[in-house]
Amino acid sequence: MNIPRYVPVAALSALLAAGLIAPLATGETAPGFWVEVLIGGLMTGVLYSLVALGFVLIFKASGVFNFAQGAMVLFAALAVARLAERMPVWAAVIGAVVIMIALAFAVERLVLRPLVNQDAVALLMATLGITFFLNGFGQSIWGSDIYEINLGIPREPMMVLGNVFEGGVLVNRDDIAAAITAVLLVGALAVFFRRTATGRALRAVADDHQAAQSIGIPLDRIWVIVWSVAGVVAIVGGVIWGGKLGVQFSISQVALKALPVVILGGFESVPGAIVGGLIIGVGEKMAEVFLAPPLIKAFDLAGGGIENWFAYVLALLFLLVRPEGLFGERRIDRV
Amino acid sequence: MFFRENGQFKSTYRADMQLLPIAQDRYFVLALVAFAFFAVPLLVSDYLYLSIINPFLILTLAAIGLNLLVGYCGQISIGHAAFMAWGAYAAYNLVQRVPMLNFLVVLVLAGLVAALVGMFFGIPSLRIKGLYLAVATLAAQFFTDWIFARVKWFTNYSSSGSVSTAPVQIFGWTIGTPRDKYLFVLGVVIVFTLVARNLVRGHLGRAWMATRDMDVAAEVIGIRPVYAKLTAFGVSSFYCGVAGALWGFFHLGSWEPLAFNLNLSFDLLFMIIIGGMGSILGSYLGAAFIVALPIALNQIPEKLGVPLSTAMASNVEFMIFGSLIVLFLVLEPHGLARLWAIGKEKLRLWPFPH
Repeated sequence: MNIPRYVPVAALSALLAAGLIAPLATGETAPGFWVEVLIGGLMTGVLYSLVALGFVLIFKASGVFNFAQGAMVLFAALAVARLAERMPVWAAVIGAVVIMIALAFAVERLVLRPLVNQDAVALLMATLGITFFLNGFGQSIWGSDIYEINLGIPREPMMVLGNVFEGGVLVNRDDIAAAITAVLLVGALAVFFRRTATGRALRAVADDHQAAQSIGIPLDRIWVIVWSVAGVVAIVGGVIWGGKLGVQFSISQVALKALPVVILGGFESVPGAIVGGLIIGVGEKMAEVFLAPPLIKAFDLAGGGIENWFAYVLALLFLLVRPEGLFGERRIDRV
Repeated sequence: MFFRENGQFKSTYRADMQLLPIAQDRYFVLALVAFAFFAVPLLVSDYLYLSIINPFLILTLAAIGLNLLVGYCGQISIGHAAFMAWGAYAAYNLVQRVPMLNFLVVLVLAGLVAALVGMFFGIPSLRIKGLYLAVATLAAQFFTDWIFARVKWFTNYSSSGSVSTAPVQIFGWTIGTPRDKYLFVLGVVIVFTLVARNLVRGHLGRAWMATRDMDVAAEVIGIRPVYAKLTAFGVSSFYCGVAGALWGFFHLGSWEPLAFNLNLSFDLLFMIIIGGMGSILGSYLGAAFIVALPIALNQIPEKLGVPLSTAMASNVEFMIFGSLIVLFLVLEPHGLARLWAIGKEKLRLWPFPH
């Protein structure tokens, strides 16, 4: 029994693609509605991607699986929301950047440096500690209500593709802004990583800590930089998310979905984070809208909500057939 | 001074291999058990049972379970409350549907159900490890949350989705008062502690620890990783299943679908980090700490005259937990249990340290 490696991957992908097309093919769903669901999924996916991006950056540079990225998003969003009550939004964002950089210094000095050379699981638990601390700290200094971030983007949705589908497709303007921001951010990161000296140093560290250190790259400074960059990514994610749904504690929980995203995309891959986020976003939205009702009918369930676990189970399946993810390096610790 | 084991010679293998080879340890533990069974019921109020002692004992059991997996076998799990949920709902359904079963049998069956589920979700551990496994266990957590919230059969078609239990009867003893619950739970926990102590020093525990320390080397010396890991998941989930059933029947009484959510999983993980990974004693200390801290945070500021609001208290709790995790990982990765061991070591030489 020797199945080539690509067979299960191809089968899983085919299954996903079939699930994506199925609602259209049965003809029970209006194409316009299907496109709306698709776009909704893509937008959620962009948010997941932004959180996952922070994960990937930190994992690449320090090998730390940063469980606290979600908490950082919440913290950043709270900072922007509360600062924006006293100053213009752009100033609040700059203030938040300063705060996140300070946070990066604190994390490096107080957590990463003492734990250097510990195994990955200990570091994971340390970031779990950071998560709890940040959640508590953020809510005690910024407050624990629901806050709004007003970016000045009009709320009413836009009608597009009115001539292609009957009834057109409704799109939120802030969704479009979010997508554009995400693209710009990824572009900027790509330039940063490829063209600047610091970016090259980061990639060197990601490849091999010891070799990087031996040619004179200061590891501790690199960590501060990468945590700062992840903090800035967290601000972008937090602002977009907060602008859409309001800044509240649940952000920190929903951001856990970035874990299956990075598994899908690959731990070290920036494009993987983006593609993985989009797949998960679309997948769970499609599953919730089109798969849940028949499931409810068939098994007499008390409601849907399968989007709560869909991402994780998808990641689990993926782990079984392709543990390194879509774009990851095949360096995974196999047992 | 008084902790000196001079003159205690072992002349048989039996004496050498007993659980507590030092006489003082033995007397201390026996005295503690006697105290717990006979003195505590005379001294303690119902409030203490309900808010501290019973939760502490039950969570200790769950923490021992998680410790077997994380501390002894080195497989991380951040979804262990899910297996508690399986145990609790299995016990609920058994009591509802097969009322003639003795509750002790129900407990064991609940544990077995949880063990099966745990082994199922442990299958990915055969291919992946470390961080990847964390996500697999998260999948267990969220899938379990969902299934008990949505599939009506598990909650016996109750309209709100929450379930409630009647007081348990065993051999004509109705376990209704907090003290009865305490005594029953105490008995269960002691039995399971003994089992765990013996498991980890036996063949199975050694296989787990070898796998934890270096899986390739373990395989080379003839330990099958499949066997070691799946048994670790199974036994660990069994413990958590039993703990979940106790938690449901003796602590919560009635519970809602999300009673066993991610926060409980994190609490369990914190117990073993703070208490000490790879230590049964650590599970006790960690559970006591995590149960007592929120209550202390409520009471102490009040006594000092600066009452914290509930929101603030929970934020402070978050912050303290978070900083403690990092502190323990940095300063004492083996947790409170290690501090205890150091203290004992010092006491042995005291007052002449050289």
